[in-house]
Amino acid sequence: MSNKDWEELEEAYKKWEEMVKDLPECTLPSFSTISNIPVKKVYTPLDIKNFDYLRDLGFPGEYPFTRGIRHTMYRGRLWTMRQFSGFGTAEDTNKRFKFLLSHGETGLSVAFDYPTLLGRDSDDPMARGEVGVCGVAISSLRDMEILFDGIPLDTVSTSMTINGPAAVIWAFYLLTGEKQGVPFYKLRGTIQNDILKEYIAQKSYIFPPEPSLRIIVDIMEFASKEVPKWNTISISGYHIREAGSTAVQELAFTLMDGFTYVEEGIKRGLDVDTFAPRLSFFFNAHLDFFEEIAKFRAARRIWAREMKNRYGAKKKESLLLRFHTQTAGCSLTAQQPENNIIRTAYEALAAVLGGTQSLHTNSMDEAWALPTEKAVLIALRTQQILAYEIGVTNVIDPLGGSYYVEYLTNKLEEEAYRYFEKIEKMGGMVAAIKAGFPQREIAEAAYRYQKEIEEKKRIIVGVNEFVLENEKIEIPLLKIDPEVERRQIERLHKLRRERDNIVCERKLKELKMAARSNENIMYPILECARVYCTLGEIINALKEVFGEYKEEAFF
Amino acid sequence: MEKKKIKILIAKPGLDGHDRGAKVVARGLRDAGFEVIYTGLHQTPEMIVNTAIQEDVDIIGLSILSGAHMTIFPEVLRLLKEKGATDIHLFGGGIIPDEDKEKLYQMGVGKLFDPGTKISEIVEYINNLFKEKVSE
Repeated sequence: MSNKDWEELEEAYKKWEEMVKDLPECTLPSFSTISNIPVKKVYTPLDIKNFDYLRDLGFPGEYPFTRGIRHTMYRGRLWTMRQFSGFGTAEDTNKRFKFLLSHGETGLSVAFDYPTLLGRDSDDPMARGEVGVCGVAISSLRDMEILFDGIPLDTVSTSMTINGPAAVIWAFYLLTGEKQGVPFYKLRGTIQNDILKEYIAQKSYIFPPEPSLRIIVDIMEFASKEVPKWNTISISGYHIREAGSTAVQELAFTLMDGFTYVEEGIKRGLDVDTFAPRLSFFFNAHLDFFEEIAKFRAARRIWAREMKNRYGAKKKESLLLRFHTQTAGCSLTAQQPENNIIRTAYEALAAVLGGTQSLHTNSMDEAWALPTEKAVLIALRTQQILAYEIGVTNVIDPLGGSYYVEYLTNKLEEEAYRYFEKIEKMGGMVAAIKAGFPQREIAEAAYRYQKEIEEKKRIIVGVNEFVLENEKIEIPLLKIDPEVERRQIERLHKLRRERDNIVCERKLKELKMAARSNENIMYPILECARVYCTLGEIINALKEVFGEYKEEAFF
Repeated sequence: MEKKKIKILIAKPGLDGHDRGAKVVARGLRDAGFEVIYTGLHQTPEMIVNTAIQEDVDIIGLSILSGAHMTIFPEVLRLLKEKGATDIHLFGGGIIPDEDKEKLYQMGVGKLFDPGTKISEIVEYINNLFKEKVSE
């Protein structure tokens, strides 16, 4: 547009603004995104004055990938429908996996119980009451073999939400594949393995940051040689958001974590293009529809730019921000749980319009328990309806060019860079985490959000408005059989009786020696796992060398 | 005479890392004028009861989202009894189905708050408890 055109537009806009400024507005108590970015009535070219199509968007599958990482996006291949599942024993979860696969799920995702997430065996005293409750209990290679019994691992990709003990659980999986006759190089999947966000948000850390980062680089190095199709880290904003962050914080802290892993790999002397293509991401899809879409678009653009300019990546694959999305667990309400189906559907739509590669849709009952078969089937059907019925997969990035969406994409990007600068001044992400910076920012945002709900500045249907008095929850809830803990411990004791304990002792000793040296730790971990050392035994051996992380409690 | 502030221990038992609710509630209660201590993560029932006794708190609030409530609440109650600290009131919040809530109420656990609870409801609950105690 010429200067004159801009002037004309600006004048027309002012005139309109003047005309409507006194009209009453009353549909909502506040006009801002969920993350408190104020929004105007309407957006025009004036809000994206410096917009340059080729520089800012480009084409799908082309730099800077704002519109998507693939040339054909969902016309070429739909996102992977991957429901996070796990409860009870390995047998229970194996059954759930087969149920989901038989109903059109296209990838697996394992939810582990708390003891497993923290590297503890099912018979650990701290595990009491938590075995198989929040996820499936996996204490050894034996449990993993049962978990994937009858599921050929060369035909399916598996994502595992595991962080502190990721190397060990991954070793169990790799060996399960091997026992099925599938060599390491054919296995496809993801380990979350994102320890930085554990200190920030999810809190299933084990070791202090430095040895944790060393293990992660060991994993990246091992994978680039032995398991080339594996995603070695799923750099996760999901948990940051669930802990109460804003969309901007989720974006900024996640990407900053990603940069830190890249820098650690480079420090080790690895060529960035050998490991960067296997880094993937995991974001939250919260309720603010446009803000979420803008977040996904901004994330892709920032990652591509920084990988190229700051880290000198040459391969196109190193620039691609591939991501999994989960709809926001924290947006589910315990009240009137059926309404969660609707919330999840909108959130899933945002993820798809934002160009996700993989998606988990929450089940309506998850504010109360792990999902029943019926509830998880509705959640999966929600994705299938999105994919096949409503036409959103036909056109790539259909909201690209919307004045509002482009404005928000720019705005989120700008705000993210502000955080990058602040964190860099603090000495990087590890220093910032040790100083409690992201943790405090998130706690602040969580408290602010809660206050907004209490003051009715935000309406949550069924919670602070449209409430049912004396509501009774009428949906069925999944119950974990209290026998699970006993059965799981029995199996573990049997394993300890039947294996060669002398060999186990020796392998654990060798592992400790490797941990003290700078040897890649994946090889001795595999050796331990192969002779059926348990998760807890392997992690305890490493704790002797690396110590344990303790966080400072604050509120 | 100046009234002594009610002292509350907010605790995260077990391996559960979901601390958003515990922190928001701790802060809300502090802003409402109570004296609040937060234990931080990964506390055993023993650690929680010991802290409560050492700090001489009036109430313990357990935040549990891990599904371990049927193990942890009874254990904390048992330890309070064993250590002669039954004057300390025990309440909680998190993901606790109604059926389990009933069982826990029968054991003597105080109010259990659901997700979506307003902090002001918790404040009111605690104030009422102590009004009753004073008038006893």
